[in-house]
Amino acid sequence: MNLEEYKGVYIYAQQVDNQLSPIAFELIGKARELAAALETEVTAVLLGTGVESLTDELGAYGADKVIVVDDPKLEVYRTEPYAQAMAAVINTYKPEIMLVGATAIGRDLGPTVSARVKTGLTADCTSLEIGDFPLVARPGKEQKHNQLLMTRPAFGGNTIATIACPDNRPQMATVRPGVMQKLPKDTERKAEVIHFNPELKDNNRVVEILDVVKAVGNVENIMDAKVLVSGGRGVGSAENFKQLEELAGCFKGGMVSCSRAVVENGWLPMDYQVGQTGKTVRPQIYFAIGISGAIQHVAGMEESDLIIAINKDEDAPIFEVADYGLVGDWKKIVPQLITAMKEKQNA
Amino acid sequence: MNIVVCIKQVPDTKDGVRFNPDGTLDRASMLAIMNPDDKAGLEAALRIKDANGAKVTVLTMGIPKAEAVLREALAMGADEAVLITDRCLGGADTWATSSTIAAGLRNLEYDLIITGRQAIDGDTAQVGPQIAEHLGLPVISYAEDIKIEGDSVVVKRQYEDRYHMLKAQMPCLITALSELNEPRYMTPGGIFDAFDKEITVWGRDDLKDLDDANIGLKGSPTKIAKASDKVPKGKGEKVNLDPKEAVEYLMGKFAEKHII
Repeated sequence: MNLEEYKGVYIYAQQVDNQLSPIAFELIGKARELAAALETEVTAVLLGTGVESLTDELGAYGADKVIVVDDPKLEVYRTEPYAQAMAAVINTYKPEIMLVGATAIGRDLGPTVSARVKTGLTADCTSLEIGDFPLVARPGKEQKHNQLLMTRPAFGGNTIATIACPDNRPQMATVRPGVMQKLPKDTERKAEVIHFNPELKDNNRVVEILDVVKAVGNVENIMDAKVLVSGGRGVGSAENFKQLEELAGCFKGGMVSCSRAVVENGWLPMDYQVGQTGKTVRPQIYFAIGISGAIQHVAGMEESDLIIAINKDEDAPIFEVADYGLVGDWKKIVPQLITAMKEKQNA
Repeated sequence: MNIVVCIKQVPDTKDGVRFNPDGTLDRASMLAIMNPDDKAGLEAALRIKDANGAKVTVLTMGIPKAEAVLREALAMGADEAVLITDRCLGGADTWATSSTIAAGLRNLEYDLIITGRQAIDGDTAQVGPQIAEHLGLPVISYAEDIKIEGDSVVVKRQYEDRYHMLKAQMPCLITALSELNEPRYMTPGGIFDAFDKEITVWGRDDLKDLDDANIGLKGSPTKIAKASDKVPKGKGEKVNLDPKEAVEYLMGKFAEKHII
């Protein structure tokens, strides 16, 4: 592998139902920073059927180029045709860096493609930068410059590891949604569009789609909420979440979310779960109500601007990350807080 | 029908973690359990065995004490167990791990391979799909439900806002979510039998079609530059007030921060 041949920062522009996922823009935002450090370009890879119209948006958010693979086999995500297309793009265009969202699609596509093109893949990164590997020069060992340093939480969020991929290209990472910042949209910005036909083949590995079942109703995304009123096991019942909803309704852009225990008890669907196995959120205000604060939960909300915890147990770990911790019974505090908020609004 | 379930012994991360000087995890010193997603995968295999009849083999790669999770799997009802262990395989990233496990699987007969979606230590979700890639098999990850239909498997594949019903020809590989089922307990008789059963142990030399360049720390494309304990966020204020005062306190803070 001639590493010098590999150039440019590429991102996988995930689309579902021919709508770009927010992670696509977040990846472009980060890719621009990395490309600036490497003095190179940002290329978005767009796979699908009839997706040409999405290229403008990718340009507006900062992509210099968009490689489009438009093929009927790519209408709905399936591992094999998508991996074929992506591997062909990598083998043809030779990116130095390839970023993919750590979504339910990206965490399937990423590993398959990285094994196919024989390179490393670092999962669920929360920070990416350009630097040296090893970090500190050691006598008798080559120190490589301009490497992608990929930082991720591991071991249940107990530790953070920074990982490099010094001898293989592309340097691949999946990136947690909601962590990187997208750039402001600039409709004046245009990306160069490149059409690429990798001649996708049918083989024994292509699975058949029998049915696609979407979640009922228009599920709001907790990752977009400005204020989250999040409940845990201590909320006690699905019924009690109505009070949390009422509190959320006191704030513009307020929504309810929850911990894993709540999903396991069937009080709320998984779409509302915050944490390592749920979503990463960073609202302006995060209320943690009856949430003990297991490290897996904290991993998904600790970047919130302001964290308010209400818990009966004064030793609950959630107080370690809370800006304001109230030791007490939420059932007594929350109704009074709702009243106080409503009085303020009507004043 | 032959089902192979790949399982991993993982540290119980509740009690924190310890590292070797080279930055890799010091597995030897930590409490260990069967990874939850893998356990759900094993339960799914055992249910297929109960319903349709199948031979269930469990396979793990790890240090010798990883034998414990194989014994647990046998006690739950698995028929055979394989431990891949060798010093030269240590420190492997997902590429090297999946290359090694794929080589082990080439020694076995399989119609269906089940792995957990991800392990609670690394949380990468990579090894399952990468094994499928090395073996050239169809893969369906994030399985919430698995059904056998003739020579195919029908799987409910989870996404953030939807699920797909997918059908794959066997042989294929499925990665299981812990939501898939509630794993059974070991039975006293099963535990007794499990300790009588022979566990097959393979070292490096038992693995064919495996290049030394693809194993262990040396064969891992990703390298750890730095590993550290998480730096805790600066502590905020904690107050223990009666509800009325608590609300006044919070409203005061909201006013201070211009939230209201």
